[in-house]
Amino acid sequence: MLQITDLHATVADKPILKGLSLTINAGEIHAIMGPNGAGKSTLAYTLGGRPGYAVTGGTAELDGQDLLALEPHERAAAGLFLGFQYPVEIPGVSFVQFLRESLNSQRRSRGQEPLSGGEFLKLAREKAGLLKLDMDMLTRPVNVGFSGGEKKRAEMVQMGILDPKFAVLDETDSGLDIDALRICGEGINAIMRKPDKAVLLITHYQRLLDYVKPDFVHVLAGGRIVRTGGPELALQLEEEGYEAVAA
Amino acid sequence: MSAVLPLPTRKDEDFRYSDLAALAGVWPVAREEIHVAAGGSASLSLLPDGGDTVARHLVITLDDGAQFDLRALNAGHAFGRIAVDVRLGRAARFTLGAAQLGHAGETLELVTEVTHAEPDAVSRQVVRSVLGGRATGTYLGRVAVARGAVGSDADQSVRAMLLDRTATANARPELEIYADDVKCAHGCAVGELDPAGLFYLQSRGLPPPLAKRLMLQAFVAEAFVGAADEDALSAAALQALEALL
Repeated sequence: MLQITDLHATVADKPILKGLSLTINAGEIHAIMGPNGAGKSTLAYTLGGRPGYAVTGGTAELDGQDLLALEPHERAAAGLFLGFQYPVEIPGVSFVQFLRESLNSQRRSRGQEPLSGGEFLKLAREKAGLLKLDMDMLTRPVNVGFSGGEKKRAEMVQMGILDPKFAVLDETDSGLDIDALRICGEGINAIMRKPDKAVLLITHYQRLLDYVKPDFVHVLAGGRIVRTGGPELALQLEEEGYEAVAA
Repeated sequence: MSAVLPLPTRKDEDFRYSDLAALAGVWPVAREEIHVAAGGSASLSLLPDGGDTVARHLVITLDDGAQFDLRALNAGHAFGRIAVDVRLGRAARFTLGAAQLGHAGETLELVTEVTHAEPDAVSRQVVRSVLGGRATGTYLGRVAVARGAVGSDADQSVRAMLLDRTATANARPELEIYADDVKCAHGCAVGELDPAGLFYLQSRGLPPPLAKRLMLQAFVAEAFVGAADEDALSAAALQALEALL
């Protein structure tokens, strides 16, 4: 589903990704772990197409489509979802308003009929329920006044509504208390643990992986993947630290 | 006797950023007197009328306990000037919500002078400008609190969004206070659309023009919150915004 080959990327002319290759097949969940500054968030933003993240080499394809040639909104329409480590607050714009327009923009670009207001609200209510987020919160301005945990749950609600085929979740577990961590983990499973979908989880800690069992765990260091293993690699990292394992 | 009024010059602070050539075509500007009697309330919305050059000068007198709600959308004019002088009686309340939207070479200005003449009056001014191209948007706002006008409560919130580096925003809130025990606040900010917010919206599938429109719509809407004809104002603002994108 996702094929990254020898990806190089810079931020403010500084090389961060230095030849990263990764293949993720449909039905798989991969976790990328790594020390601070390894390039984890840069990988997420580069895949998402954030301005300021310049690709200087390599390729990234989603189901054979060249992701790097697309604008951010076209990547979303192609089936990519980016879960933000720090979801952005947007005063005055409500979740329901912007998500409905987003979803319908995606649907139109895929030649599907847009959802009516009623259909959309039904869908939003269902996904909010899944993440135990009060539906009223989705009528409020995007992320404004939300706690850290609410922001992350709202990210997962958005993922549920937009129904991507591939999600990059950048430290979805950071800032979550134990209950919210479980709710988000279960949400990821319910939404994305399907034969025709795949997930790349970016995380510092093993704890999210207790809920979302990865098929593969990668260690990212110095802008490349330096080790790949099964779920046991995450446990080993937790015990021995990155320095010992990545060396 | 207004016919003998000389055309202002740039030395006149209230016309410092004006388009004097355009102003000459409509000079002198008639004073439009509005008077709200004690305890009464009234409102007025100024919407674009399609005119190329528009200059208004409202002179509003609010007697004790009177209220006036003024909303203005200054857009669609090559030169649009709205001057408002307000005199507030005891416990009177004045609300101004204005948006100025320009995308080419417009000169849009809002010049207010709000006098808290008696105790306990309240004034609220919210001004939002969105400027692109070589447009100039100006807010000059003076709040004067007279001697003895204790308990005065004045607030000016002025923000401008520049869509291009070639656009200009001037914002000058001014306070002149001759009474103790008053509350006068003002905030001014000139900025650009938050790129992090734009990327966030785009990452969900919104094409850039839609994402920008949503953010600008929300920004401008702050000027029209609570207006009696909020829907009509917002619809007109949205139409004016479309020209900017």
